[in-house]
Amino acid sequence: MRMEPGTAVAETTTAGRRAGWRDSDLWYSFSHSPLAIGSATVGLICVLGALGAPWIAPHDPFNVASLSLLDSFKVPLHSWSYPLGTDEQGRDMLSAIMYGGRVSLAVGAASVLFAVVLGVAVGLVAGYAGGPVDAVLMRAADVQLTFPAILMALLVDGVVGAIVPRERHEAVQFYVIVFAIGISRWPQFARTVRGSTLVERGKDYVAAARVIGIGRLRILFGHILPNVLGPVLVIGTLTLGLAILDEATLSFLGVGLPPTEPSLGTLIRIGDDFLFSGQWWVTVFPGVALVLLVLSINLLGDWLRDALNPRLR
Amino acid sequence: MPEAPLPTTAATAPMLEAIGVSRVFDVSRPWLQRVLAREGRLGLRAVDTVSFAIPRASTLSLVGESGCGKSTIARLSVGLLAPSGGEIRFEGQSLSVARAQAALRRRMNMIFQDPFASLNPRWRVRDIVAEPLRAFGLVHGTAERTARVAALLAQVGLAPSDGDRYPHEFSGGQRQRISIARALASEPEFLVCDEPTSALDVSVQAQILNLMRDLQERLGLTFLFISHNLAVVRHMSDRLGVMYLGRIVEIGPAETVFRTPRHPYTRLLLEAIPDLAMVGRARTPVGGEVPSPIDPPSGCAFHPRCKLANARCREEKPEQVAAGDVLVACHAVAEGRA
Repeated sequence: MRMEPGTAVAETTTAGRRAGWRDSDLWYSFSHSPLAIGSATVGLICVLGALGAPWIAPHDPFNVASLSLLDSFKVPLHSWSYPLGTDEQGRDMLSAIMYGGRVSLAVGAASVLFAVVLGVAVGLVAGYAGGPVDAVLMRAADVQLTFPAILMALLVDGVVGAIVPRERHEAVQFYVIVFAIGISRWPQFARTVRGSTLVERGKDYVAAARVIGIGRLRILFGHILPNVLGPVLVIGTLTLGLAILDEATLSFLGVGLPPTEPSLGTLIRIGDDFLFSGQWWVTVFPGVALVLLVLSINLLGDWLRDALNPRLR
Repeated sequence: MPEAPLPTTAATAPMLEAIGVSRVFDVSRPWLQRVLAREGRLGLRAVDTVSFAIPRASTLSLVGESGCGKSTIARLSVGLLAPSGGEIRFEGQSLSVARAQAALRRRMNMIFQDPFASLNPRWRVRDIVAEPLRAFGLVHGTAERTARVAALLAQVGLAPSDGDRYPHEFSGGQRQRISIARALASEPEFLVCDEPTSALDVSVQAQILNLMRDLQERLGLTFLFISHNLAVVRHMSDRLGVMYLGRIVEIGPAETVFRTPRHPYTRLLLEAIPDLAMVGRARTPVGGEVPSPIDPPSGCAFHPRCKLANARCREEKPEQVAAGDVLVACHAVAEGRA
């Protein structure tokens, strides 16, 4: 029997909790992994540059009034005003990349969010309900897995293009891309969550909740969901990188976002036209930015997977 | 234990009563494989026409080897499983009817075997203990809830500040205390304890058992106590039921069963208890293994391991017969051969 309730260990103050975060395994693993710190730094610079584009970008690439054709195709480092050069309309490449990264990140994050919400919900229901519900949902996921993201996106894009009138096309394009990428990425989340749910639902803390008559939904979302989110975080991070690549691929193929809202993929496609005429920087720099962004996200995801895996500790 | 005289029939009825309860689990292979192999469904009779009654403020213990259906009875008794046959009554009402009413459901709870699995690892202890309070709307407002949780933790020998921590920060014994605090939160009268100490160190087992007995005396709790540990059972029970392969082979007052065991299986079990006075002496080991409940032996399920078995035991299932104040399901006892 614990006789000293007031011992220092038992006290949990605010300061203690903060120190607890500093002491956590995750922080230790992070601070001892140069790869994690490096990729987090690069990733953070990319994300901050992209999110802060309207405030910190040297130029506004969408303000036609500030563009001058006299500035077109400036070589990188030609002047401090255009560190990464300019494209054929005299737009500053650095600013274009920052704005483009913003769009890429928005599409990536939104489609991952969509895939996570759909996949986690399906996985929880399938794993907890079992039986025919489980079978139907999981076969649907299997069918979905046989369609690559690109094929799915082309399909959705084609269908929406036929339904939505042409003048509204550009307005819905963002949602089309998010839906297309999200719908092709949810089965992974559903499968993982279903597996964990099968394990968790058999545990006694679920039985304990059932004994006192807690409802199914509250057991599912209050008890089981917090216990299956660990792997979702890892897959979500890795999928963010893939989703950004999906979007870039789609934009490169011309079914992505409209040129009025260029993402990194759009920039690469536009720059591709000038590759053979010697203006390599118009396509290479957006490409480098894309690689840095996705690579840092993937490396972070890899680290997170290892750090959260108890067997690798 | 003295019972307060209460007028209503619900109060004089046993707390929990099982009448010919059976539970069959479907262990068939998947449908397609079954069709291809041209075989039927396969049932596992985990509990076979079991009857018992637990009077208020008393403890009935069920003992038996692994796989004899003890835990299934525990789960049936709180409605986690539905019986395939027979009926369970809680305070004279059918259990499924009783469980549909929050007021009656509040009065039963369960303590689980593994304190590492029975507490949600992502919940703080105070939320775990407060869950029944919230579920039944027993407290109003944060202040009242905090006070109640603190009182519950104190009742099981934990500090109120322990509520801020997560289950993994506690030892097995402390976690089982948290389980008990949660089980007591809704002020139940009937507690099912499914091997509550088998996952704990021996030194901690006694602490938890004493705590449970102490709480039983103070709060007038009724226990259904499941265990495979006879020493623990002796410490706890008023009545004792011995189970073998889904059936109760002997049931009666605990001291009588311990002192004068009638069923050959009970005798074997009691002989296997380690005992200081017996050190160095030869013992009869419990021969053989528990047969598979999927394909139980004919007649008395215990006959392949029983020295007293004869032709009748191999063919006819023994019914429970009264031997003194104990009920025994054994032909040898009924015929006076044992």
